[in-house]
Amino acid sequence: MSTLLEVSGVSVSFDGFKAINNLSFQIGERELRAVIGPNGAGKTTFMDIVTGKTRPDEGRVTWGEKAQSLLSMSESAIARAGVGRKFQRPTVFEDQTVADNLMMALKKARGPFAVLRFKPSAADHDRVAELAEEIGLTPALARKAGELSHGQKQWLEIGMLLAQEPRLLLVDEPAAGMTPAEREHTTDLLVEAAKTRSVVVVEHDMEFVRRLGCKVTVLHEGAVLAEGSIDHVTKDERVIEVYLGR
Amino acid sequence: MSDLAIGAAPRRPFVARHPSVLIFLALLALFTLGVTILAEGFGIGVISTSFVKTLGKTLCLCLVALAMDLVWGYTGILSLGHMAFFGLGGYAIGMWLMYARTELIVIESLSAAPLPPTPDEIRDGIANQIFGVVGASELPPIWAVAHSLPLQLAAVVLVPGLLALVFGWLAFRSRVTGVYLSILTQAMTLGLALWLFQNDSGLRGNNGLSGLQNLPGLGGVPQSTVSMWFFWGSALALGLGYVLCAWVVSGKFGSVIRAIRDDEARVRFLGYPVEAFKLFIFTLSAVIAGIAGALYYPQAGIINPAEVAPIASIYLAVWVAIGGRGRLYGAVIGAALVSLLSTWFTGGQAPDLDLGFYRIQWVDWWTVLLGLSFVAVTLFAPKGIGGLIDLITERRPPDRHGADLGPEPGALREQEADAK
Repeated sequence: MSTLLEVSGVSVSFDGFKAINNLSFQIGERELRAVIGPNGAGKTTFMDIVTGKTRPDEGRVTWGEKAQSLLSMSESAIARAGVGRKFQRPTVFEDQTVADNLMMALKKARGPFAVLRFKPSAADHDRVAELAEEIGLTPALARKAGELSHGQKQWLEIGMLLAQEPRLLLVDEPAAGMTPAEREHTTDLLVEAAKTRSVVVVEHDMEFVRRLGCKVTVLHEGAVLAEGSIDHVTKDERVIEVYLGR
Repeated sequence: MSDLAIGAAPRRPFVARHPSVLIFLALLALFTLGVTILAEGFGIGVISTSFVKTLGKTLCLCLVALAMDLVWGYTGILSLGHMAFFGLGGYAIGMWLMYARTELIVIESLSAAPLPPTPDEIRDGIANQIFGVVGASELPPIWAVAHSLPLQLAAVVLVPGLLALVFGWLAFRSRVTGVYLSILTQAMTLGLALWLFQNDSGLRGNNGLSGLQNLPGLGGVPQSTVSMWFFWGSALALGLGYVLCAWVVSGKFGSVIRAIRDDEARVRFLGYPVEAFKLFIFTLSAVIAGIAGALYYPQAGIINPAEVAPIASIYLAVWVAIGGRGRLYGAVIGAALVSLLSTWFTGGQAPDLDLGFYRIQWVDWWTVLLGLSFVAVTLFAPKGIGGLIDLITERRPPDRHGADLGPEPGALREQEADAK
């Protein structure tokens, strides 16, 4: 399995507080990975660094076969390179319809002039319908995203990410605030997505992570504490101490 | 061509998908026809020439309001400096009007001399005529192409466009947003006004450019006719501007800029270069504002630096807010209504209001009334006058339990959103 994203020796501090401390992390092509850790372990900061929102003080973040550095790229350039991100709170464009939201996310040229000339083809409409089917929002295509329930907004956002066709999907607490049935659907979506791309799921719900059935990375105080299968890490003494033993 | 793929949805023409554009164009055509029939120039003469000019100027203000709505209502950039671009358009065309007319006057006065005047003599004569008032007799370098109508017309578009491009590039690249951007745009228009006020800026200081209502070489054509030409030109520009803006804000481009208005960071993570989109809209709106200004000032007859003072741009934002931002017809309604009311109240025609203990004279109190109505609209009717249209079309906003549509300062408030 070739490496898609490699983070090595990355540190970042905010006002003297080390949010990320010499973190190294690798993810391969088409790998599903869960990242867990207590609050303040640096999970969200890690995502911020990969997506270009936060610049690290030191370290390297490289991407793809050519090991291209992501550190000098803007957020939008990183997104175009193939990193998709789902935020903790669902962020969809509430004033626009579900169809508009998906159409905007479809992988197409992103420059202003290209967008101005853009006319959706039949294939684009089909793709939007297909995505809506996948996330269970076909009946809501013409509704404004602001009218959807919390869980539906989460799915719409996942649908928008799939529409972007990223090679790496970063998902921040996808199951937060969902009903058990919605969680199950979300698990299926993520496992399905990981068949064609790499997916990193940040979660602190152990049950949810167990259902994903993938390799787990435990973060603590901005560094990797343990890595391996869910059963392996839950037996680790240090993990039990900082995270589970409380 | 992917459009030819099997199962392609039939694509109806642009105006059919946007009936409000068609309605607007029909109303504008009707209004233009009505004024033409009633005016002195080509009709029965019920409307005075000065009122035709007022109406023509109002159409130009509607056009600049459209530009403001594009920037603020759709993209969420509260620019408080767009009248600078409007003024620059006016100065650009004013320079040619003044130069060309003065040239004719100078040539005529020199033709009495025994020898035909040399080009240098003519140039000096023009410089004396135009700049005598500020005590100069040299034509400043800024007037280098003032003799050429095509070049000055190009300047109408290029000068505001370039200023917006450079200013926007610097501001957006540094991620200046919200109230700081508004302050920066105020500083821009204030800076421009202060520069123009100086005599050595080369644009006649606080005298400004005058006599712009007289078209060079057409001295024999009465103002009643000229006023109609400009009225038609303004109506045409407004119609074209409306279609252009409607096209820009429809489709995916419109989706993206409204998304930037409501949640800029999220749009970045979708891979859109947000700064490039903002710069595009900012520059496009500046060009539209420049064209509107170039049509406005020949009808006003005079332009001076006070026209680009910061307050002018704030009025522009007030018009759009009162009309209803985020909808093109709202901007037009707001600009037309408020500027016409303003003309009426400040023109002394409005009857004084006698309260017994105090007599309200509207010339003084109009701005207070305008300020109060702005506060009232913001608090009680955030959709503005345009929101009344929703009562007819029965658009219902989705219930968001009081949450705004996004985290950006320019995002639509819940009360402003409609279910279109």
